[in-house]
Amino acid sequence: MLNRRKNYIRMDLTDNCATTLNDIQKHTKFEINGNSVVINQDISLGHKFALRDIHKGDLVKKYGQSIGIAIKDIKRGDWIHTHNLTSQYLKEVLKE
Amino acid sequence: MMEEFMGFERQNGEVGIRNHIAIISSVVCVNHIVQQIADKVNGGVAITHPLGCGQFGPDYSNTLNTLIGLGINPNVFGAVVVGLGCENISSRLLAKNIKKSKKPVEFYDLQEVKGGSPAAIEKGVKLGNSFSEEAKELKREPFDFSHIVLGLECGGSDSISGISANPALGVISDRIVKYGGTSILPEFTEWIGTEHLLIQRAIDKGVAEQIHELLSGFLENLKGLDINFFGVQPTPGNMQGGLTTIEEKSLGTIAKAGKAPIQGLIQYTEKPKRKGLWLMIEPSLDVESMTGLAAAGANIIVMTTGRGSPCGNPVVPVVKSCGNPKTCDWMAENIDVDMSPIIKGEKSVEELAEVLWLKMNNVLNGEKTQAEKLGFNDIAIWRNTAAPFQYMHCK
Repeated sequence: MLNRRKNYIRMDLTDNCATTLNDIQKHTKFEINGNSVVINQDISLGHKFALRDIHKGDLVKKYGQSIGIAIKDIKRGDWIHTHNLTSQYLKEVLKE
Repeated sequence: MMEEFMGFERQNGEVGIRNHIAIISSVVCVNHIVQQIADKVNGGVAITHPLGCGQFGPDYSNTLNTLIGLGINPNVFGAVVVGLGCENISSRLLAKNIKKSKKPVEFYDLQEVKGGSPAAIEKGVKLGNSFSEEAKELKREPFDFSHIVLGLECGGSDSISGISANPALGVISDRIVKYGGTSILPEFTEWIGTEHLLIQRAIDKGVAEQIHELLSGFLENLKGLDINFFGVQPTPGNMQGGLTTIEEKSLGTIAKAGKAPIQGLIQYTEKPKRKGLWLMIEPSLDVESMTGLAAAGANIIVMTTGRGSPCGNPVVPVVKSCGNPKTCDWMAENIDVDMSPIIKGEKSVEELAEVLWLKMNNVLNGEKTQAEKLGFNDIAIWRNTAAPFQYMHCK
């Protein structure tokens, strides 16, 4: 069961990103497991932000599973999308 | 909890939730005739498509099997097949195969009706309405859920689907399987990235190997081809909705199939060999996969959508379930179940699964879906022509 009236959801404890449940404005601050996360860009509903710093080449995890590889260093609170995350298949299997 | 639904028993033991008279085009050339017949037949539904001639190999088989499958779908009482007369998917061939289901079937070709299209339409309406009279005599009776074949569809997905409507449908799929029914997950290109999870759920090593071969074989086939598959998966709309990679989309997609063991893979339009959860090999266009599900004998389809979709099917009711609050508001006319309380934090996935279950039961018992009310009866047939798809046909 989701926590009521939340602005984001983290699907699994091992995830390093969370999904927004609202349009979130830049500078919004969340307390997540004792850590504060400040959102660095405006983020639309359904998009993702980093819960901690993710280094270029690291896996981004959602649902407790890999959803791809960071192609840039991603800072805690950064919006995660096609500009900094790519499919593992694009990168490794197809070598694109 | 309801454990029965009211359906129509067919001669072959299957159970329908609708009692349609299917008017089927064997070839594109007679689509207008078929549509006009269906409009004038009580309970008539038009099955029209842009194909039926000049096809060969797996492309031909897919069209043939789709049209036969739609004709024998349990939601169909009887069928009138109309051809032109010179095509390679003939009305005679379709009728002969549909008849094996013991349904009443008639067929004829436009070129053999004196008087051209007006006479052909009149003839079709007469045949169709004689079936309608018979269909009226058949009453709904109670059946258990082992007779349900549920199609698990998604279309216009966003990242909200994967955390709301999709897992709720997973709960329903597991329930159908628990009650002895059948559930089918199509769209194999949206399993890429979840192979390790699907394999764990395979009923045996052979099925696990099939899943591996399909997915790794597909990716292998892409190599060296001048095809940018990952330019279409995820789609532009998926990405606007927050889905970044195919892995992320796939993890949401397979949530529709709950946790049940995977019985095996079936081909496009192929009927599952046993009850339980099955995976259908189909590349991933929602209308195309719903057409394949209907041809495989699904009597109901639940389609989850995030960004919104109007699509339906001529023989199988399509229940739309949507988790995105904005879409539920803007496209309310196209949505059957509003799952947005999950995202609003008001209700759990499990609570909303019960709302979906109730709606599904109402639809099984005769309540029309939004797509049915609007008369949306989309058909798309998988054209299995281009590499790498040509490697995916029956072994």
